Amino acid sequence: MGQVVLKGINKFYDGVHAVKDVNLQIRDKEFVVFVGPSGCGKTTTLRMIAGLEAISSGDISIDGNVVNQLPPMDRDIAMVFQNYALYPHMSVYDNMAFGLKMRKFAKGEIEKRVRDAADILGIGDLLKRKPRQLSGGQRQRVALGRAIVRHPRVFLFDEPLSNLDAKLRVQMRVELKKLHQRLGTTAIYVTHDQVEAMTLGDRVVVMRDGVVQQVGEPLELYHSPSNKFVAGFIGSPAMNFVPVTVTEANGSLIAENSGLRIKLPVETAQRLRGHIGRDITLGVRPEDLTVANSADVDNPCFDAVAEVVEQLGSEILLDMKVGDGVMVASIEPTVRVKVRDKLRIAMRSSRLHVFDAGTGAAI
Amino acid sequence: MIEGALWRKWVFFYAPMALFLLFLLFPFYWMVITSMRPDGELYRPWNSINYNPFWTWKPTLDHVRYLFEETLFSRWLWNTTFIALASTAISLVCGVFAGYALSRLSFPFAGSLGTGIFITYLVPQTLLFIPLAEIIRNYRLGDTPWSLILTYPTFLIPFCTWLMMGYFKAVPRELEECARIDGASRWQAMLYIIIPVAIPGILSAGIFAFTLSWNEFIYALVFLSSPEQKTVPVGVTSELIRGDVFFWGPLMAGALLGSIPVAVAYSFFVEHYVSGLTGSVKG
Repeated sequence: MGQVVLKGINKFYDGVHAVKDVNLQIRDKEFVVFVGPSGCGKTTTLRMIAGLEAISSGDISIDGNVVNQLPPMDRDIAMVFQNYALYPHMSVYDNMAFGLKMRKFAKGEIEKRVRDAADILGIGDLLKRKPRQLSGGQRQRVALGRAIVRHPRVFLFDEPLSNLDAKLRVQMRVELKKLHQRLGTTAIYVTHDQVEAMTLGDRVVVMRDGVVQQVGEPLELYHSPSNKFVAGFIGSPAMNFVPVTVTEANGSLIAENSGLRIKLPVETAQRLRGHIGRDITLGVRPEDLTVANSADVDNPCFDAVAEVVEQLGSEILLDMKVGDGVMVASIEPTVRVKVRDKLRIAMRSSRLHVFDAGTGAAI
Repeated sequence: MIEGALWRKWVFFYAPMALFLLFLLFPFYWMVITSMRPDGELYRPWNSINYNPFWTWKPTLDHVRYLFEETLFSRWLWNTTFIALASTAISLVCGVFAGYALSRLSFPFAGSLGTGIFITYLVPQTLLFIPLAEIIRNYRLGDTPWSLILTYPTFLIPFCTWLMMGYFKAVPRELEECARIDGASRWQAMLYIIIPVAIPGILSAGIFAFTLSWNEFIYALVFLSSPEQKTVPVGVTSELIRGDVFFWGPLMAGALLGSIPVAVAYSFFVEHYVSGLTGSVKG
């Protein structure tokens, strides 16, 4: 079992309110990712779950027992640190066996568990080496191995992949996912990388300035972000935001600014009835923008000038000037575009997001 | 390399380096050569015919023999070793624990306590020996090795604590946190993880402490009086300078033999010592 419940968690650091009233239920076997920019309180939250940081107020319970006062060793958790934190004077075997020795496991059992974990991670032939003789990826595996030999109730990961190079990071990400599917242990993972969050998490918790912005499955966050921050944070390249004013003309709603005038689709217009004459922020993802063709009669279109053309092979990222603003579109690689080309861009209106200009909340 | 670079290298690098080495090593050379010259050469006036202060054609071990046979030098060596090792051991144990506590545990006034310890290190010994002499007298420790074993830590502990504080701060906090999640108590985490990782720092603190107490002069001079209790620095200077007569040969032989253990300790630990100074912790 490994059910973790956070109830009204707060953390104050000499006057700074680092974590604000976090409530969360993490189910058994679930993989939950905390994501947010640095300093958003995600690591502090993780460290409070680990018991490395005292809780200012609120309750953390694991499998129904409040663990606020329990030291880390009694919480039955394992943690993987960003810098691996391997014990430099011990061999790989001893690193992995340390937790079991401290818990007074029998020698045979320790041996068996370490071998099993080493086999799972493919580090069976490194057991006699010292950490300094290992590559970054190997060290990462040892750190994982040290966590899994213990068969804990919950795994905690603190940005475990951020010290690896890009290629290895992708590879380890896949392995982590496989490992979780195989072991089924509840995992809480902290990262600032939204791609890791989207790919690894069963559910993702987006945090900012110590406040949970939204909790949901990755696609839920992607398709219906609760506010402008989540919308901009999840997805790469980031969502385009266009400040517009809503006006009414001939019974339909128009969103316009200096370079843009589009008729809002009916379902969006209904949500915006109360905002006529007011400023809102329009959000549109780069992949929902295309170069307009004759089929785009239903989609709102606008004029743009290509400023930068980034060929990625599978797609083209197009930085465009639209009125006074800038937008990014991700378009088909077959389209021929040159810098300074004048383009007619179509917006997939069914995927339009609208946010309150002041609060940033989704409308 | 461009023409002219060679003479530049000689003028700006090798020549100053040679001068520096000469300046640094000449006293040692003087010590070695004096300890090997027969008395006849040592006390020859400067204007005699074959005056040659920098070299000898008749090296002798007479002074060393004199040192061991006619003085209590071997006894002094033993005293110094015992006192230096004991006070180093006491200071290291205290310094390691205090350094750990000051760098890792958060308790009220930890910062000011650290500064306070450093300030005690700055109080000059020449000032401190007066009240200390009073204490030594009250506890009737005068003229025993304990008078030094217990007073050397007054300057060794602050020194070790300060050095270890810096070293422990360089050890990543995560190592300890990881050990504590792995099931170690704070005590076990320190014993099994932090101290082994800090071995280079402990070694350099130990070498420094050993050297300081080996060479210490003023406390040894004040607290010890009988010849058989003395340490090498005090014994050599007090027993081999009689009135205004300097027994230069045995004096220098004593200084030479007295500095050998320190040199051995340095070279033996030099690798650890250097890495201890640079504070390298591989994660």
